Amino acid sequence: MKQKLVIIGNGMAPGRALEKLFELAPDAYDVTIFNAEPRVNYDRIMLSPVLSGEKTFDDIVIHGDGWYIEHGITLYKGHKVVEIDREAKTVRSEPGTVASYDKLIIATGSLPFILPVPGSDLAGVLTYRDLDDVQAMMLAAKAGGRAVVIGGGLLGLEAAAGLKEQGMEVTVLHLMPTLMERQLDVAAGHLLQKAVEARGIKVITKANTKQIVGSDIRLGPARVEAVELEDGTRIPADLVVMAIGIRPSTALAKGAGLECKRGIVVDAGLRTSDPDIFALGECVEVDGQVFGLVAPLYEMAGIAASHLAGDSEPRFVPSATATKLKVTGINLFSAGDFADAKDRQEIVLRDAARGIYKRLVLKDDRIIGVVMYGETADGAWFFDLLRKGSDIAPMRDTLIFGPGFAGGGPADPTAAVAALPDEAEICGCNGVCKGKITTAIDTLGLKSLDDIRARTKASASCGSCTGLVEQLLKLKLGDRYNTAAVQPMCGCTHLGHDDVRRLIVAQELKSIPSLLQELEWKTSCGCAKCRPALNYYLLATWPGEYQDDGQSRFINERVHANIQKDGTYSVVPRMWGGMTSAKELRAIADVVEKFAIPSVKVTGGQRIDLLGVRKEDLPAVWSDLNDAGMVSGAAYAKGLRTVKTCVGTDWCRFGTQDSTGLGIRIERFMWGSWTPAKVKMGVSGCPRNCAEATCKDVGVICVESGFDIHFAGAAGLDVKQTELLGHVDTEDEVIEVIAALVQLYREQGRYLERIYKWTRRVGIESIRQHVLDDLERRRALHHRFVYSQKFAQIDPWAERAQGKDAHEFRPLADLTRVEAAE
Amino acid sequence: MTVMEKAWIDIGALDDIPRLGARVVKTPLGCIAVFRADNDEVYALDDRCPHKNGPLSQGIVHGRTVTCPLHNWVISLERGTAEGADEGQVRTYSVRVDGGRILIDADVLLARTN
Repeated sequence: MKQKLVIIGNGMAPGRALEKLFELAPDAYDVTIFNAEPRVNYDRIMLSPVLSGEKTFDDIVIHGDGWYIEHGITLYKGHKVVEIDREAKTVRSEPGTVASYDKLIIATGSLPFILPVPGSDLAGVLTYRDLDDVQAMMLAAKAGGRAVVIGGGLLGLEAAAGLKEQGMEVTVLHLMPTLMERQLDVAAGHLLQKAVEARGIKVITKANTKQIVGSDIRLGPARVEAVELEDGTRIPADLVVMAIGIRPSTALAKGAGLECKRGIVVDAGLRTSDPDIFALGECVEVDGQVFGLVAPLYEMAGIAASHLAGDSEPRFVPSATATKLKVTGINLFSAGDFADAKDRQEIVLRDAARGIYKRLVLKDDRIIGVVMYGETADGAWFFDLLRKGSDIAPMRDTLIFGPGFAGGGPADPTAAVAALPDEAEICGCNGVCKGKITTAIDTLGLKSLDDIRARTKASASCGSCTGLVEQLLKLKLGDRYNTAAVQPMCGCTHLGHDDVRRLIVAQELKSIPSLLQELEWKTSCGCAKCRPALNYYLLATWPGEYQDDGQSRFINERVHANIQKDGTYSVVPRMWGGMTSAKELRAIADVVEKFAIPSVKVTGGQRIDLLGVRKEDLPAVWSDLNDAGMVSGAAYAKGLRTVKTCVGTDWCRFGTQDSTGLGIRIERFMWGSWTPAKVKMGVSGCPRNCAEATCKDVGVICVESGFDIHFAGAAGLDVKQTELLGHVDTEDEVIEVIAALVQLYREQGRYLERIYKWTRRVGIESIRQHVLDDLERRRALHHRFVYSQKFAQIDPWAERAQGKDAHEFRPLADLTRVEAAE
Repeated sequence: MTVMEKAWIDIGALDDIPRLGARVVKTPLGCIAVFRADNDEVYALDDRCPHKNGPLSQGIVHGRTVTCPLHNWVISLERGTAEGADEGQVRTYSVRVDGGRILIDADVLLARTN
């Protein structure tokens, strides 16, 4: 006699289990299915193409009505099971149907998370789980209007793309800094965001939803009107879709007394704590893990079917799963574990021009993680190697290029370019072909990249063909061409500082992740050498646009104080031109006593250093100094430090000009600016030079007839007298020339290169030409400096005294008063 | 199977630490630096560089390493060992993330005798 099998739920997992069961034991069971949804089994993964209009429901049906009839299955559509009676071995549905079982499968799937915020129950707020949701969304989209999707994961992005396709204006809100952070690393997340935005979908990351705002209930039933974020931003919305995650649906199983944790607990044979009851799919938990992707669910289905057919051998062992985003035109694949770790290596391929990013994470010569963006055709091959744990050592050199190259010897890098015909275009920006470059090398005797740039224009614009041009040089000159002529910034790149700066402008790179991607960095997040440099270059290139990255700054610039050998900090308030007052000194004295600051010292730059301040005290110390009108002296900054002055005509019998006043004016105009390395200035009121202006980065010597401007001095590791830049007649001209000089240095200087070294590299004449002789250039430089100062002259101490970056100054936790549990 | 359950202490939310950043946890026996890598993995080390006791929590985090702010020693977040030519090691602690919360091995409260 046939046994009775009852299945609660009619999703993809039980559907697959039945297919398998009918294969293994066609006549073993009479099957009854209760489906809470009023329909047959369909492919839930394909809901997104239905939403975007690329498919219809009929296209995604897995088992049509005929299949159920053919297998003699009783299917109750729209019957939600409300009770399992394990004693009587029956289940009862909401409409009252009772069915008895010998074996039961629970496949209740999952429920979407709803944000616990006010307004989440308003009309117009939907989730994205089943066909009903999709139909509701399509109906809402017919009216047009604005949709907000909460959640930038797989489902959220698919929903957003679908709604956009249906003609809505769509904004995606994502709590984390990058999209799909569980499946993608930062670089790929950034590429994805660019692609999503390119379809006209607005993306707001780090968006913490505070509430969903409804319409005035006096005007009828309340409907969603806007989403309000924690920071007060309001995004108007006619439709809100929550796609922030799912949780196993366990209520029914729990009610029947089955063991449940996050999901219904099952063993490796998919049996619950009741041996006659199986559970599978998104509702279960195996070894503490729950599942949401189809591959493991299908695997469970096969195993449960074997057990039902009498073979209790197969065991479910969770393995790596792969993710693909189903948005037409966006190719993305990720699988396995792609976190960095000490015992792992990575192979990264970035092809910025084609928008391709591939990263393999290796451990012990085996692939354990894959992230691919842009070109995912080889995903399946890599995933197969990953699942099999294949040893990839023999093909490691060409592995990243996919199966087409697998096992082949490492290619000679110049072979590809040697094989190109003479007409092949090398430099797309300037239309330079290979033949023109090789002829130029032969006939003009060119030996370097710069020669080629000057004579042929190749590689002189965006620079993305630099590698090819270098290979041509190598091909033609052999060992006579030294590719290492350009010192790379660090081990993360082959590009030098100047190349990076040029490419930031040419390719409009405006964030560190985009730069690492587009310039094909060899590491996933740079290093302690390149990141501070890149942060400066981006900040200097895009004033007002680039968002400073604190984590890429050295600690002193991150917390606006100088770290000392014992981990305490020193604090130096600005004293404009070295002038101070009773009020400032009193405030300093008070702060020293209040915070028990151990040392107070007068610095060489004419101000006062408070040494040994505890980090936690910094904001309060600054707040007190702010109250007395003092701001940060930037004694820690690669930026303007001090303007040292003498007392000039105010007091000195030899003074020729108001050197103190000029120094203060310069300092007030220049403070806050970031530069490649520190900048110290001085203004002396006469050639006796009491302010020692002639060993500063920039120095002014006042004379009867006006002002001599000096620059490129040094008095540290190197000692060097300044060079004379030139003479000007008025204070206004002094200001304009110094601003132009500093701006030119900001634009040309390499990170950590002091002004005297920059001058040695580019030449005094070229600088004088730019900032003194050529009035038009001088004014343009001055103008750019003034513009960038608009965003720079904000006292960092005041910001932090008011709470900015509070996490920097407080411990994460204080366990000093917690007793250890024995 | 008997496995001694580890005791864990909740020290804060993952989001309390910036990516590629660190925060300090004070314990009766000194500070522990808790780091968050770019993939949200979390590591805990004594906040004292093996070189001259520099506060590692104040360094620049890159990959699975931190560069000490005092003299640029590079320390592995996983093993606490100095990278490159330098030699030395700091103690590491078990730490994990569960549901967005950071949990540290309660042993940090026990005397660090070894």
